[in-house]
Amino acid sequence: MRDLASTLPIVLAGVGFAAGEVCILRDVTLSIEPGPPTVLIGPNGSGKTTLIKLAMGLLAPTAGTIRWEQPEPAVRRQAIVFQKPVMLRRSAGSNVAFALKAAGRTADMATVARLLDRVGLAPLAARPARRLSGGEQQRLALARALARDPEVLFLDEPTASLDPAATKAVEDIVASAAAGGVKVVMATHDLGQARRLAGDVVFLARGRLIEHAPAARFFAAPATPEARSFVAGELVI
Amino acid sequence: MSAFDLVLSGDPKLYSIVALSLYVTVSATLAACAAGLPLGALVALTRFPGRHSLIVLLNGCMGLPPVVVGLLVYLMLSRAGPLGDLGLLFTPPAMIVAQAVLIAPIVAALTRQLIEDLWSEYRDELTAMAIGPVARVATLLWDARFSLVTIALAGFGRAAAEVGAVMIVGGNIDGFTRVMTTTIALETSKGDLPLAMGLGLVLIAVILLVNAMAWAVRGWSERHAG
Repeated sequence: MRDLASTLPIVLAGVGFAAGEVCILRDVTLSIEPGPPTVLIGPNGSGKTTLIKLAMGLLAPTAGTIRWEQPEPAVRRQAIVFQKPVMLRRSAGSNVAFALKAAGRTADMATVARLLDRVGLAPLAARPARRLSGGEQQRLALARALARDPEVLFLDEPTASLDPAATKAVEDIVASAAAGGVKVVMATHDLGQARRLAGDVVFLARGRLIEHAPAARFFAAPATPEARSFVAGELVI
Repeated sequence: MSAFDLVLSGDPKLYSIVALSLYVTVSATLAACAAGLPLGALVALTRFPGRHSLIVLLNGCMGLPPVVVGLLVYLMLSRAGPLGDLGLLFTPPAMIVAQAVLIAPIVAALTRQLIEDLWSEYRDELTAMAIGPVARVATLLWDARFSLVTIALAGFGRAAAEVGAVMIVGGNIDGFTRVMTTTIALETSKGDLPLAMGLGLVLIAVILLVNAMAWAVRGWSERHAG
């Protein structure tokens, strides 16, 4: 087994990210602490995905610093589910087994079955992963992420292209993981989803962190004009 | 005796030529894959000075003229050549070497493109799972396995159909290095058309069979592995 040193907190100080001449994120200061889900909201292009990838360590900031409690990336207990997860060309069960092995865990049939059962895919263990529906693929991606026994689970708009039933299935798994002590950091532009899941909300617009507040306060009384407009359902461009 | 009679009667001379042809081409395909698959994956996943030039070279070598390859291998294996002491010239191993040299660039270039495309798709997932470089190559090769089989079969088809290289390094010696393509060329020039046509039929059947296998592999993979 891997070293179980904690990944949290993840502290971002004055973080910026530019791709060539294009500035995607600027001057973001944020501390991701253990606790209920942190939900990143904001319009498309506000920098949510980039912020998630930076916090995960998949991108290096072009300005500022990011500090993880566990500095060694390979042993951080973290996992990510992308908006469009890539399914390996093998069965659903083998996808989970692959993730278990990658995490240095035993990939026995019982563990694979337990993880698939956790996301409601146990009957589909032998089916080729790429032949699953969009919602099933997203749940399989969650099973792969949970196979890493993460302390932090990053989710990048995991329900963006799913119907309400599939969205509920994914949200139930996320809520269950959060209730089990996993720190969830999720990007979404779905305000309803943010209300249902968030412990605290990070609101981004135009590559800037506009507001970070407990969810109840953010939705009841947003402190900034941009957040008020967004919560009111107005177009924030 | 007509070409069909020769094929259907199990003519021993004809089938000994077919057997040698398959032995040479299958061996050459295996050798080309042993070199071309790792080379293609390595070029796809690593960055080094001259990489783009190597890719252009590999792609260009896909169209190597067989007679030129035959000539180069001949020069290497001839008595005065650097590998002359091996005594391989005008033997089946020399033909295997020539065909392997001919198709290894095809295998390497197509593998490079395939693995590079797959890596761009898998990069974020495998990086997020902290997959190391060796496991990364293994994962990509495994997930590309059915397409790699198709590449190998394409190489096989190219080797099975070529005549110039094996003619030069094999010498077309009756009963020893005479394969289907060289026999067809020789017998046509001698006017023995039934044997030439019989071998032609077998050659076409082999190539069709190989393509049918490639099609079947792809269909099976889509049903069973996604």
